[in-house]
Amino acid sequence: MTGAAIKLFLPLDSVAVSLGADELADALQSAAEQKNFAVEIIRTGSRGMHWLEPLLEVEHEGVRHGYGPVSPGDTEDILEAIAAKTKHSKSLGPVEEIAYFKSQTRLIFARCGITDPTSVEDYTDHGGCAGLDKAIAISGDQLCETVLQSGLRGRGGAGFPAGIKWKTVAGAPADQKYIVCNADEGDSGTFADRMIMEGDPFLLIEGMAIAGLAVGATKGYIYLRSEYPIAAKILKTAIARAEAANILGENVRGSGKAFHLDVFIGAGAYICGEETSLLESLEGKRGEVRAKPPLPALEGLFGKPTLVHNVITLCSVPAIIAKGAEAYRDFGMGKSTGTMPFQIAGNVKYGGLYETAFGVTLKDLIEKIGGGTRSGKAVRTVQIGGPLGAYLPPTLFDLPMDYETMLANGAGVGHGGIVIFDESVNLLEQARYAFEFCVEESCGKCTPCRVGSVRGVEVIDRIRDDVEREKNFIVLEDLCDLMVDGSLCAMGGMTPIPVQSAVQHFPEDFGMMPAKRAAE
Amino acid sequence: MDANETKLTSILTAHVGQTGGLITGLRAAQEAIGYLPSETDAIAAEAFNLTRAEVKGVISFYEDFHREPKGKTVVRLCAAEACQAVGSRTLQRDVEKHFAVKSGETNASKDLTVEPVYCLGLCSCAPAALVGDRLVGRADVESIARAIENRRKAGA
Ligand SMILES: Cc1cc2nc3c(=O)[nH]c(=O)nc-3n(C[C@H](O)[C@H](O)[C@H](O)COP(=O)(O)O)c2cc1C
Ligand code: SF4
Ligand code: FES
Repeated sequence: MTGAAIKLFLPLDSVAVSLGADELADALQSAAEQKNFAVEIIRTGSRGMHWLEPLLEVEHEGVRHGYGPVSPGDTEDILEAIAAKTKHSKSLGPVEEIAYFKSQTRLIFARCGITDPTSVEDYTDHGGCAGLDKAIAISGDQLCETVLQSGLRGRGGAGFPAGIKWKTVAGAPADQKYIVCNADEGDSGTFADRMIMEGDPFLLIEGMAIAGLAVGATKGYIYLRSEYPIAAKILKTAIARAEAANILGENVRGSGKAFHLDVFIGAGAYICGEETSLLESLEGKRGEVRAKPPLPALEGLFGKPTLVHNVITLCSVPAIIAKGAEAYRDFGMGKSTGTMPFQIAGNVKYGGLYETAFGVTLKDLIEKIGGGTRSGKAVRTVQIGGPLGAYLPPTLFDLPMDYETMLANGAGVGHGGIVIFDESVNLLEQARYAFEFCVEESCGKCTPCRVGSVRGVEVIDRIRDDVEREKNFIVLEDLCDLMVDGSLCAMGGMTPIPVQSAVQHFPEDFGMMPAKRAAE
Repeated sequence: MDANETKLTSILTAHVGQTGGLITGLRAAQEAIGYLPSETDAIAAEAFNLTRAEVKGVISFYEDFHREPKGKTVVRLCAAEACQAVGSRTLQRDVEKHFAVKSGETNASKDLTVEPVYCLGLCSCAPAALVGDRLVGRADVESIARAIENRRKAGA
């Protein structure tokens, strides 16, 4: 074959790699050599359609066509089909026409899966730095006001209005301020932070640089969990290239203002996702939770004003600045503005990442988009918002996903993770696990959390073994109340949520008749 | 000074003055030696101007740090909810049986450690495992055994 090399796109995302993308890249290379085809393999982020990974793409007349899931054994046939422009059994057609992809609103993940994650040129060619360039032209106050007006709320779990935090940090006088990105993503069922860091790291870098300009911080840290080595590697490369391209450094995009960024790797502690524990850890100490006040916005890292945000919160910023607060507020419902990358996981047929405006129903996410369970059995429950999130029954699946609705139903959006379980799940076992997890991950500072969780496991075991069941239900309730009231942070304070939602919605798994509970 | 002490001293002192340098330094030391031997405490305390108890406290707080060598290959099985939803509890039992080693332990020949991990971010293609540095999605005993075999072949 003569002419330009065929451009092939293959994800380097952890999911794709865990399903054989690296071996596939090698197989493609050697098959191409054997056939004397000139190919160029560009590693990208993932499109988020994880049941199709490894998803191979080829550009044809400006449109990307997909093949997936591809195994090394398919490579020769697929290369032949590409060269001859014929169909192949793994052919998916134009990738962006696949309903799962087409129906999304991708503000944050706009480039993920399309560009080379470590190419600055690719980033700016695809609209990157538009927010930062606008940011350097306006004042810090205007930036804070725009974020406030956008209605952006923290995506790390609590949903606190970002603009208020920005104004607090901006208004705090100090010789040094910090931007800290919370990339600890410890919640089971969540991987949006990982995907964007692996697939479009410059977006996070841009968001952090804008935040730095807005609040007057010249130094930033990304606190990354150690379970994400691929993200670590990509972030480090991207930061070095961003420095070389003046997106970071002493003179950000020619503004004369400085912003420096480093990656810090955690050491395996779920509690370090809690912002004050994270700051302790970043200072090189045990990740024990600090009492609030003082707020980190006033006294954070090394006692200095610090803006702590989740990855996705910071990644939402460039579009808000580039397109304006109003355009952003047009997405979503009520006080939940903008888009959320929902993560559909667990026992699901079409698992992956689905970015859309708030207000989508759980049912649509589970059934229409997720396709129901992988096992083919009925969905019995979903847990939303990570290990401290509620287990909801199908009768509540009509609820729209937004902060207020979820809260009103004893649940939370959290980081947008939805874990689907089929009817083989035992909710007593899940409630027990919630306590076990708390035993494992408690920082140990307060007794209700440290000791209460151990007691919780014992009480659940007694209920399971039918030892004074009625009495132990009362003990369980008291214990949960104590943990809610007496814990310093949400680790102890929210562990009762999965436990009590399980009891409330699935009493039969705890040896209680549903009717009896309902009559209480 | 023995070999470990020399290594510890040079690695740990190189991280003094960095943000969170103790944690980064301990990680680097552990990567070089394979675990954090008891000499670590005094050397780190000296380098970072801390008490030994403070260093011990940091080491014991974090799951990643360990004070004994692990097996040549470490298999980390995800034990969190999304993986539970597709049979990670059964997978753990099967792995324990197949490789004759309990989760949290190292086998007698010291070539394999199996331990739990809480989420690898592969929750959409669960159950997930990490074999050495190799991620395995939709894991089963066969794919884990294959990943171990590939590591051995690659001389790891
Ligand atoms: C136990 C616990 C774990 C947490 N884990 C995370 C996490 O992994 N990632 C995260 O962004 N926020 C996590 N949070 C929330 C943070 O404390 C904090 O609210 C967040 O980083 C603020 O960023 P945001 O305003 O962008 O949401 C956790 C909170 C608690 C109590
Ligand atoms: S609730 Fe638990 S994790 Fe939070 S501060 Fe108290 S002991 Fe630590
Ligand atoms: S829960 Fe197992 S990989 Fe996330």
